[in-house]
Amino acid sequence: MRVEQFLENSARLQGGKTALVAGDKRFSYAQFDAAADRLASSLAAGGIVRGDRILVFMNNCWEAAISLFAILKAGATAVPVNPSTKADKLAYMIGNCEAAGILTQGKLLPVVSEARNIEPRKLFVASTTFRGTALGEGVADFETCLGGSGAKVDHRGIDVDLALLIYTSGSTGRPKGVMMTHRNVEAAATSITTYLENTADDIILNVLPLAFDYGLYQLLMAVKLGATIVLEASFAFPQAIFDRIREEGVTGFPLVPTMAAMILQMRDLEPDFLPSLRYITNTAAALPPAHIARLRELFPRATVYSMYGLTECKRCTYLPPAELDRRPGSVGIAIPNTEAFVVDDDGQLVTSGVSGELVIRGPHVMQGYWRNDEATNKMLRPGPNPWEKVLYTGDLFRTDEEGFLYFVGRKDDIIKTRGEKVAPKEVETVLHAHPGIAEAVVIGLPDPVLGQAIVAIVVLSDPALTQRDIIKHCAAHLEDFMVPRLIEFRGELPKTDTGKVSRRLAAETLEAAE
Amino acid sequence: MTQVIKDSIKAFIIENFLFGDTSYDLQDDASLIENEVIDSTGVLELVAFIEDQFGFVMADADIVPANLDSVARITAFIAKHAEAPALNKMSA
Repeated sequence: MRVEQFLENSARLQGGKTALVAGDKRFSYAQFDAAADRLASSLAAGGIVRGDRILVFMNNCWEAAISLFAILKAGATAVPVNPSTKADKLAYMIGNCEAAGILTQGKLLPVVSEARNIEPRKLFVASTTFRGTALGEGVADFETCLGGSGAKVDHRGIDVDLALLIYTSGSTGRPKGVMMTHRNVEAAATSITTYLENTADDIILNVLPLAFDYGLYQLLMAVKLGATIVLEASFAFPQAIFDRIREEGVTGFPLVPTMAAMILQMRDLEPDFLPSLRYITNTAAALPPAHIARLRELFPRATVYSMYGLTECKRCTYLPPAELDRRPGSVGIAIPNTEAFVVDDDGQLVTSGVSGELVIRGPHVMQGYWRNDEATNKMLRPGPNPWEKVLYTGDLFRTDEEGFLYFVGRKDDIIKTRGEKVAPKEVETVLHAHPGIAEAVVIGLPDPVLGQAIVAIVVLSDPALTQRDIIKHCAAHLEDFMVPRLIEFRGELPKTDTGKVSRRLAAETLEAAE
Repeated sequence: MTQVIKDSIKAFIIENFLFGDTSYDLQDDASLIENEVIDSTGVLELVAFIEDQFGFVMADADIVPANLDSVARITAFIAKHAEAPALNKMSA
């Protein structure tokens, strides 16, 4: 099945039901589907054809939800992009996927214009307006596009076409586009909604960015089920989100560990203060067992799901809630209709208790990275059968005697902060571009709220530079979550005996200093 | 007195969230979240600053957009809750 059919089926079966709530806007399934049809017809009229890549550069607004489905209805591939992405990286993505269009918000138009100067391509651009300012030449008004004919686009696409291209941080410093077909998405969404026991009665509140697959799938799964999704753009004010949960009778609340830490820092919460919640999920990084215990005290009616995954297959494992008391540190077993196993460096299965690389097999595994065979071949390797590839996750795991999986660590240097992956190399590249910095190395240090905090150790060539100058420089070139929290100045970087800059030594010297 | 509070809040935001960029047009009524001046962990820093500088503890229920999502709202909230000695110390 193609993903836009999730919406079409739900609209046919229960057109009057509330599908989407964002701010003070509410869409029934019939309204959501019709709006996506009208936008799709405008995309087609604007020259978008089957297989084109269209970026959705927006925050968690209703326009983003409609854009994603409209792109698929036009037969094209949706490329969700984090709204805090800066112009140079946006330009890289536009060029790398040879985008045919971009749908954005007025407040982000200056970034789009700057990116287009760096990467001039013919693009269909549509934007919402912002404080009444003119959109400028060559930019279509999003509102006008929503007034398209609504005629169905006869794109002839099938379910092995690409539905999504999701950029993820790469260890080489350049983001890589994860290719997901409609069939991949359907497989992942079916598996996840099965173990979460979701129904059309669920009301899911999503504050995670739609550019992050964990957030994106909340929308896709809700629409597939005919459930209701409540979109919120920020968790800055948890109380405001809690009010929303009460008002809407929310049943499902996906978290990342940073959000859990923010909730647990609050002082006045009473147990059972959000009685409508049926379940809470966590992924992106493990929740400390103490946090799981406290969440269960605060949300005694909610089932807590500890999960693990990566964009390359969406989700790998979940801990069946009945196991939570027995093994709170485990991320469980393979999600339904998939397999997860631990292998040694030769690809052989290891016994329980022995660490090795986690390998994933199933219909949710990506097709590869967009036009990057080298990176694809590292992750996708021959499986047990001659006709298939399996996903080598790059994450080290072990199992207990009953086969439950435990995360041990990363095989590479990728930092997990606020639930997002950050390649140290990408931050170092930005630091090295500053004329006042001679050398820099970036590491992640444990942090109670962020999971890991990004720290840069810097050798200056301009001694007048301050921490603030450097953080400001980073903030101008990196997404918010990639900006270092702390800059440590040194006379030289920690190096191995062979003179190579060592992130491991850097982390050790900083941890020792704490 | 509110001018003293406002100046102090503005200085904190410019220093910590705008990295000293005084050229940013920080309007008193503009939403700090919608304009991406502060993010979710930034709110925690802001609360810690207010409690530390103005000598009162913020209840969870006070940490809401109506009280904190613009320079003007923060100023009004502090003016209502701060202990006089803390303010006197600031203006001294």
